[in-house]
Amino acid sequence: MDYINAFWVGGLICALVQILLDRTKMMPGRIMVMLVCLGSFLGAIGVYDPLIEYAGAGASVPLMGFGNVLWKGVKEAIGKDGFMGLFMGGFTSSAVGISAALIFGYMISVIFQPKMKS
Amino acid sequence: MANLNSEEQKKQYEEYVKQVTPVHSLPVNMAKAFLVGGLICVFGQWILNTAKSNGLDQEMAGAWCSLTLIFISALLTGLNIYPKITKFGGAGALVPITGFANSVAAPAVEYQKEGQVFGIGAKIFNIAGPVILYGIFSSWVLGLIYLIFQWWGGGI
Amino acid sequence: MPAIGKQSIEFQNNVFILGGGSIVGKKEGEGPLGNCFDQIEEDPMVGMNSWEEAESALQQKAAELTIQKASVLKDQIRMIFAGDLLAQSVASSFGIVSLERPVYGLFGACSTMGEALSLGSMAVAGGYGDMVMALTSSHFASAEKEFRNPLEYGSQRPLSASWTVTGSGACILGTRSSKVKITGVTTGKITDYGLKDSQNMGACMAPAACDTIAANLKDFMREPSWYDKIITGDLGYVGQRILFDLLKDQGQDITEQHLDCGIMIFDQETQDTHAGGSGCGCAASVFASYILPQVESGTWKKVLFVPTGALMSKTSFYEGQSVPGIAQAVVIEYVE
Repeated sequence: MDYINAFWVGGLICALVQILLDRTKMMPGRIMVMLVCLGSFLGAIGVYDPLIEYAGAGASVPLMGFGNVLWKGVKEAIGKDGFMGLFMGGFTSSAVGISAALIFGYMISVIFQPKMKS
Repeated sequence: MANLNSEEQKKQYEEYVKQVTPVHSLPVNMAKAFLVGGLICVFGQWILNTAKSNGLDQEMAGAWCSLTLIFISALLTGLNIYPKITKFGGAGALVPITGFANSVAAPAVEYQKEGQVFGIGAKIFNIAGPVILYGIFSSWVLGLIYLIFQWWGGGI
Repeated sequence: MPAIGKQSIEFQNNVFILGGGSIVGKKEGEGPLGNCFDQIEEDPMVGMNSWEEAESALQQKAAELTIQKASVLKDQIRMIFAGDLLAQSVASSFGIVSLERPVYGLFGACSTMGEALSLGSMAVAGGYGDMVMALTSSHFASAEKEFRNPLEYGSQRPLSASWTVTGSGACILGTRSSKVKITGVTTGKITDYGLKDSQNMGACMAPAACDTIAANLKDFMREPSWYDKIITGDLGYVGQRILFDLLKDQGQDITEQHLDCGIMIFDQETQDTHAGGSGCGCAASVFASYILPQVESGTWKKVLFVPTGALMSKTSFYEGQSVPGIAQAVVIEYVE
């Protein structure tokens, strides 16, 4: 069942990253960069799409999936526009993610005030 | 003598500090990350399935999944709930795209006091900026390598 | 000659502490020392518009209530020595502007109260002011925003991390007689053991505390047992352990006398504060409202107050520099 695969693959990826968080000095920002680049790379060597076939959201929701999306965008754009595709594909494919984050992030700042932690 | 001047002494002190500093239990944290990450992905899968059953293709379904997760994460950030999820789930909340959204919404909320342009505008990508820079750059490099392979292949 | 040893001063003229006061936030008010603080501010924004303004408001309130407690007039204060954690010490600048008194702005990170008390007592002992104020503050939100992440950003804190105290503490020093004197100070040196972990402040600062405490004992030719208490600012649980070990290496054992404001201000079990409290406001508020009354009543007759600070900026940290520490010691004594 696809829900089970999504659960355990997504969970496993997170559990492995937890090791980095707890046992190395790597900060979240650096880990996010590593994940997105890894996703790009695994996409490029053809490994990530099969993973998405198998685990669905368990592979596409983690940030590596975002990296894969970036790679696929660049690849398609190269197919269509050759060299210029290198510069067109990345942002085009990631448009939804980046725009949504910016737009919703901004809207949230209009509605909500900073709050103290307890 | 106030300072440690040799690299070796510094390393020794670092080792000693590591020994006496308590750390979280890794298995417990891994389990929590597994749970939280898994649940977020299950929810994402539900969005994908719902989108596809409404006739959308794979790409569109994926877009709706990202959109929904990002929206919810931004909302939970504003409500001050997302930090609590991350405190519990660690990587389980950091790794999914919801972590990325939180890292954009959080500076937006916090820096509003410094103004629209110099506060929110300038600092909204404080945390997520590297992800975009290196994501775009790495896919560009890989694309370049791919392009070069194609030209070579075409030449043969 | 007041200057003794390598880095200490034994005052020849009297420097009395005329009064101390503090105001802290909700979490601090719920801690083990909650009943000691003069005022607890439930609103983290203190009725202001930003965390930075809130911290300034805390400083202003602390100054005002201390002036009242010591039964002095604002205009009698000759100089204020004040500082905080924020860039360019803006919390202090805006916090005390309404007091309209001469000011020296300081930066000593979390050791600022020690620095302020030291310089203030030097001014009094030197005859440069018959009444001065030492004042400092910190605010959890403004510190997190400056040094770590926006509050709304999710993160997991390691067990070595400390919780910046929201609070401000002030002390008035002068020539008017009282039950508490500052009899000496030991000026700290910046101490760098090469540690780069900004999430383990206790470990970064412990070497500085060790250096200053050892220097104080040496310069004054005292054993740890001469003091009833040796109290550091915010070494926390991890830093305390390291301090004991480092001093043992030098042949000094302070386990009997040692207390730490960061350990005392929060309950580790119930308040989830990991290594303990930190920030300028930690040492300052605990000093003004807990340590000072203990000496005033004669419960403790001789106290060495040694707040520590970690000297880093976000830039220095990202550029790969280590986090050196500093500790400023002040000798407080009960007047019979």
